[in-house]
Amino acid sequence: MGRNGECGVFLAFSAHPSLLIRESQRMELTLNLDALSSQLVIGLSRTMILFIVSAGLSFVLGVLRVPNVAHGSLYMIGAFTAYTIMAALGNNLAGFWLALLLAPLVVALVGLIVERGLLSHLYQREHLMLILFTFAIGLILNDLVKFAWGAEYRSVMPPEILEGSLTLFGLAIPRYNLFLLVSGPIVAVGLWLFATKTKIGKISRAAAVDRDMVGVLGINVSWVFAASFVIGCYLAGLGGALVAPTLSITLGMDHTVIIETFLIVTIGGLGNIWGAMIGSLIFGVGQSMGLLILPQYAVVFPYAAVVIVLLLRPTGLLKSVW
Amino acid sequence: MLEVDGIHTYYGLSHILFGVSLRVEKGQIVCLLGRNGAGKTTTMKSIIGLVRPKQGTIRFKGDEVVGKAPYTLARKGIGYVPDERKIFADLTVGENLEIAERKARNGVGWDRARVYEVFPVLKTIESRRGGYLSGGEQRMLAIGRALMGNPEFLILDEPMEGLAPLMVRLIEEQILRLRETGLTVLMTEQNVASALRLSDHSYVIDDGHIRFQGTVEELKANDEVRRKYLLV
Repeated sequence: MGRNGECGVFLAFSAHPSLLIRESQRMELTLNLDALSSQLVIGLSRTMILFIVSAGLSFVLGVLRVPNVAHGSLYMIGAFTAYTIMAALGNNLAGFWLALLLAPLVVALVGLIVERGLLSHLYQREHLMLILFTFAIGLILNDLVKFAWGAEYRSVMPPEILEGSLTLFGLAIPRYNLFLLVSGPIVAVGLWLFATKTKIGKISRAAAVDRDMVGVLGINVSWVFAASFVIGCYLAGLGGALVAPTLSITLGMDHTVIIETFLIVTIGGLGNIWGAMIGSLIFGVGQSMGLLILPQYAVVFPYAAVVIVLLLRPTGLLKSVW
Repeated sequence: MLEVDGIHTYYGLSHILFGVSLRVEKGQIVCLLGRNGAGKTTTMKSIIGLVRPKQGTIRFKGDEVVGKAPYTLARKGIGYVPDERKIFADLTVGENLEIAERKARNGVGWDRARVYEVFPVLKTIESRRGGYLSGGEQRMLAIGRALMGNPEFLILDEPMEGLAPLMVRLIEEQILRLRETGLTVLMTEQNVASALRLSDHSYVIDDGHIRFQGTVEELKANDEVRRKYLLV
């Protein structure tokens, strides 16, 4: 958030160029401003992907109390599935929308099978066991991905309509990034509506705090958990499908995501969706802005932020449901 | 309606209930009295299935229910108001009631409007979060929430605990009104006076053993039991 503030200062500065600034400095400043805004857009786009994936992780952590280490693998399956659908249907809008629709559903189905078949029998186990279990599931899923798609890099293009850039306020913004900037808030609002306006959403919020009491009310908590897990997996798959046109899809893409999203939900407050948004901003924008300021240390920025947050607020920035 | 027969319940290795037996007939209000730590709450939790007795049987409407999940017991018609109240703090009063709503089998049953008739205060704080309620409001909400499931049998664990005398009267009145609608009630209480005003039949529990059972009149007449186990 602080980075946005600096950006504001830059903008104000450039809007009123001081008489003392010489031409060469002014050039540098405009260059900087361009670089700054494009880095900001890149950072915010990354934020949206991270938010969608970490919101799923956070939701599962909040309601089921399960730290799902396989979440990154589910994200990867989402990306590969989206690739397959888009590659099969060609670089067109229909293929893109279908991929966006179906890939998360495929991942949700994988989640449902894992939950009903295995996880639902293990809720009483301690967290360490659940971490080991989901870690094992992650390894199995990764091998299945290798089996199905091989070890080569894959890539897809966004559909034509989302290729190229759009000029907004004098800035050239890649259309696909703009699309991501819109998708993140839509998912956030959708999740908020689900949690506050639907009965199952309200039940899941209650179950997050006291599952025994929910059971005593005549609600079969087991199905609430299944639904919540499936929603979490769906979000991992959606993140994977959305990220597919922006990077090379490959084995191992789960690693960075699972580490980053776990840190995001930790600093945001476990189970808190808005906390996931703030954490994602710290990671997404922190890293992209860091590249401008101290490129060689850019990777370190978000992690330094994590350390600071955890030192000052060990339970996360916003209220944790744990 | 409910027959508990010789249950032994443990928390881990500690043996809490030693062969507790009690019966509740349809339409009765039965109270289980005893001091703190005597085993009242454990008895209630054993009935609703939150803890599983290692020995003994519990029959509800003739069916064995030991080992059944709490949600199946709720669906069979048992409502439960825990002593800690367990209001969902992040949900509003209205939402707490809404998620507990279950359609009545005969069509006419409890809904939010009817709960608000019984406890008008709840309507005025409908959009307040559960975590911001006073003790008395939480108690009313916990009872209202249990009613939303249209129970035939209501378990009230210490409904008067920590309440002001005026509030105790109000809750008592509502419990009696509920009995008139055909509800059967099993309640625990430390507030002996209040329990005796309400109940038809009473049990006294101490150290996990049932020490006395009888009508309210018999308990009133039995000074020894009252002095020894109830400190009154």
